[in-house]
Amino acid sequence: MAVGEVMRMEVPTGGDLTVSSPDLHVLAVDDSIVDRKVIERLLRISSCKVTTVESGTRALQYLGLDGNTGASDLKDLKVNLIVTDYSMPGLTGYDLLKKIKESSTFREIPVVIMSSENILTRIEQCLKEGAEDFLLKPVKLADVKRIKQLIMRNEAEDHKTLSHSNKRKLGEDVDASPSSSSSSSSHDDSSVKDFPSSKRMKSESDIFSPFI
Amino acid sequence: MDTLVAQLQRQFRDYTISLSPGFFGFLDDQFTELKKLQDECSPDFVAEVVSLFFEDCEKLIGNMARALDQTGNVDFSLVGSSVHQLKGSSSSVGAKRVKGLCVTFKECCDSQNFEGCVRCLQQVDIEYKSLKAKLQDLFNLEQQIVQAGGRIPQVDI
Repeated sequence: MAVGEVMRMEVPTGGDLTVSSPDLHVLAVDDSIVDRKVIERLLRISSCKVTTVESGTRALQYLGLDGNTGASDLKDLKVNLIVTDYSMPGLTGYDLLKKIKESSTFREIPVVIMSSENILTRIEQCLKEGAEDFLLKPVKLADVKRIKQLIMRNEAEDHKTLSHSNKRKLGEDVDASPSSSSSSSSHDDSSVKDFPSSKRMKSESDIFSPFI
Repeated sequence: MDTLVAQLQRQFRDYTISLSPGFFGFLDDQFTELKKLQDECSPDFVAEVVSLFFEDCEKLIGNMARALDQTGNVDFSLVGSSVHQLKGSSSSVGAKRVKGLCVTFKECCDSQNFEGCVRCLQQVDIEYKSLKAKLQDLFNLEQQIVQAGGRIPQVDI
């Protein structure tokens, strides 16, 4: 398998990302208690660690984006994926998405939007703002499995290109913020804000992996 | 000669099918999706979710009733937002008839049709309580099967 072979060359000894990757920690945001229960179970059964919150505001608090130290600042609570409902009172899922993508610390975290309404302009708006994917409610197990595969694949790609980019990064001004997360990938392209990085990653990996 | 377990299993199968879209349409395939999430580690998952759903119904219907009670000063957008929430949660558990009623209800809210809203509210109230009773019967059958030493048959809706 092309992707696997490439990764085994790049990954340091002891780390085989395809087999022993740690569980994803997912932050799920939804104002509906029923939906929170369901999404939590869908994610747990897909071997993810899950934290659920009931609003965009609570999500920002958890991440520490409200100016205070968040719970996810602790190393082992690092969030790998955010799944959020679109229509929520107060901060909508779209607002939350924007805040995350505006943050130099958190913009690398993939965000998936869920909505009960199949509105094309809404979907486009979210993808344009950097959402990884858009799920139509009610969410099913197949949707979650698909998202998880996508995220794991992108994380693997990030690790692969990171070692490439380290050579290019020398002397280049990439991201001025010193608090960039350590999982940042090769963003030496200033137009990265217009298109989500994971979408570029996706097109690269499409060349490599027909195994889905 | 039909064992007790076999009889109960048949009853369970028939009852489940009667709730499906092809028959009385109380439930749709999302209910089957929820059953997929139930296992030995989470054996009561479906019962827990539907229980949360029925609590949600009570709460939201209460909100709607209160809003509609403000004679002459009904905030239809408030009613509408509760209907939207109810539609969402009914969709997530596969409560097909409740969900369908919510669609009509939302239209009445949007057109500020007071009588329509009152009618829909009554129907939604009756409907969720019917579903609650049906699911209670279903869970009772499951329990009886297990107590009689049998396995609950997988019946997809």
